[in-house]
Amino acid sequence: MANKETQQQFSSEELPIVLVNRLPSFKLPFQDHLLSHFHLLDPHDSPETYDSFLSRHSNSIRALITVGPTPVTAEFLNLLPRLELIVGTSAGLNHIDLSACRSRGIAVTHSSSAFSEDVADCAVGLLTDVLRRISAADRFVRDRMWPVKKEYPIGFKLGGKRVGIVGLGSIGSEVAKRISAFGCIIAYNSRKKKQSVPFPFYASVCDLAANSDVLILCCALTEETHHIVNKDVMVALGKQGVIINVGRGSLIDEKELVQSLVRGEIGGAGLDVFENEPNVPKELFELDNVVLSPHCAVMTPQSFEALLELIVTNLKAFFSSKPLLSAVSIE
Amino acid sequence: MEHHRERSDHRPQDLPQVLIIRPPPVFTLFEEKFISSKFQFLKAWESTLPLDQFLTNYAGSVRAVLCSGASLITLDIIRLLPSLQLVVTASAGINHIDLNECRRLGIVVTNAAAVYSDDGADAAVGLLIDVLRKISAADRFVRHGLWPAKGEYPLGSKLGGKRVGIVGLGGFGLAAAKRLEAFGCTVLYNSRKQKPFVPYPFYSNVYDLAADSDALIICCGLTAETRHMVNREVMLALGKQGIIINIARGAIINEKEMVECLVQGEIGGAGLDVFENEPNVPKELFELDNVVLSPHRVVFTPDGFMAACELVVGNLEAFFSDKPLLSSVMDE
Repeated sequence: MANKETQQQFSSEELPIVLVNRLPSFKLPFQDHLLSHFHLLDPHDSPETYDSFLSRHSNSIRALITVGPTPVTAEFLNLLPRLELIVGTSAGLNHIDLSACRSRGIAVTHSSSAFSEDVADCAVGLLTDVLRRISAADRFVRDRMWPVKKEYPIGFKLGGKRVGIVGLGSIGSEVAKRISAFGCIIAYNSRKKKQSVPFPFYASVCDLAANSDVLILCCALTEETHHIVNKDVMVALGKQGVIINVGRGSLIDEKELVQSLVRGEIGGAGLDVFENEPNVPKELFELDNVVLSPHCAVMTPQSFEALLELIVTNLKAFFSSKPLLSAVSIE
Repeated sequence: MEHHRERSDHRPQDLPQVLIIRPPPVFTLFEEKFISSKFQFLKAWESTLPLDQFLTNYAGSVRAVLCSGASLITLDIIRLLPSLQLVVTASAGINHIDLNECRRLGIVVTNAAAVYSDDGADAAVGLLIDVLRKISAADRFVRHGLWPAKGEYPLGSKLGGKRVGIVGLGGFGLAAAKRLEAFGCTVLYNSRKQKPFVPYPFYSNVYDLAADSDALIICCGLTAETRHMVNREVMLALGKQGIIINIARGAIINEKEMVECLVQGEIGGAGLDVFENEPNVPKELFELDNVVLSPHRVVFTPDGFMAACELVVGNLEAFFSDKPLLSSVMDE
């Protein structure tokens, strides 16, 4: 990505200060790029204890980046009385205590628009794979079974399938655009009905499931959406039903999902996320109607470039007192 | 003809006969869908006689034959069918039929490509997403328990913005183009002739198309001109990041050269539903993570098969009623 900035005019001490909040196992992506714009403070790079580092710098920290799923709790916010902005690097926000942010007047930016197209591509790829048994067939051929077994089950048509999208935000909308081109019929569930959207709205996920052949989960994980896909929803979806999850593992009651799949009570699943990553229920490894993905729906170089641009733009806007590009409206 | 009367004695004896030498898979699966009041079937494979003798004895007045990819309609067979006027194939492809001889004798050929276009396009795009985003490879990674051990999986590549060259812009190609546009891909194509009213840039040969593309999707028929059309030269033009998707016929690609290019990293990956010598797949491909392999059925769905049955019966009934055929293959 071309660095569009001119020569930096400030020394590192004069660049705006940004705290890096990260779990030790997570590295800050694009650190070099960010260093040319901001003075990064990272407690893990200091020999001091974490708390001592934070309290020494707390008065100068107005903005922080929280890396991946690194949590931001109310207790943590208490250590940073001058904090006004949290920039998240992941599509989800469930690791940030949003109501604590609201009550302290702290703005939060999300990064989902950087990823929406790639996540949508992955969701459609998983759906095509499950319906047409692409990975299962690939295994069949690689196991050298084609000359031996000759017969192999064929997959199902996409056109005419009723696809229920759970969460019609930026990711859900990109999914809808792609799925329409395959001739699927789209309906959705969202917190609120969206006025300008031509697809039928269902107020409950269960009703959506009852009227769908496929559910694609694209919504955020919140208290309300935790286990929103439970046994009732799966029963409503039915024995031919397929679930695709590119949101968060805990949107689905995973234990129930595994049982339903093992017992043949739903038709199949394509899963990029799980309740306890990187652990995946072993029963799923035995199933041919399931496609498993190691939480990489966002993972393309292009989406990372878009993410860097979004992070830098949001931080620069903040430090110039300009409007943020992707602020979360915390209701 | 006693053994044939036994099988078809519930039908009037004067219904015209449609010869089947070897049954299309769709016939074996859904034979009841092929029952018609306008014709009956003459099932050569049920006879113990050698084929040429069977045809000589029983097929002299046969005007129509039903076949598919595995049932070749060769020059020799056509010569044993003096009354033949129509070849109906249940497949999309027609490369198993001696088209020159049919043309010479005025024998009309119908195929079933139209019913497979959408399903074929779904499959082609599904394979492309799989290769670009490493979906099957990542699935293997997880199933082998490598996620907890190894952590992150290598990045895939975005679809949006990719230039996808479609080789053969018939029904399959156009349906694939429509889907690719929804992903933000730029569509280019090569065809025997430029198509009017099509918004995509035309390239008169596959080499130039490949040079300007990030991926090629093979959607054309197999003919003498297209055999091994995608060769090492074309693959080098496509480049080290280039992807090839083939849902058409294995022999359109020089398979030996493709395997070499894949193993040497001269192209970026491939999604293959068809091979030169099915069901044999070059073993080198089993070692590669950037290849997705399918046993020549990713295009097929029960809906597609049903539609193929209807189209086949529709063509046969039209023929025997002297009505226009539904899907005759036109010479372009």
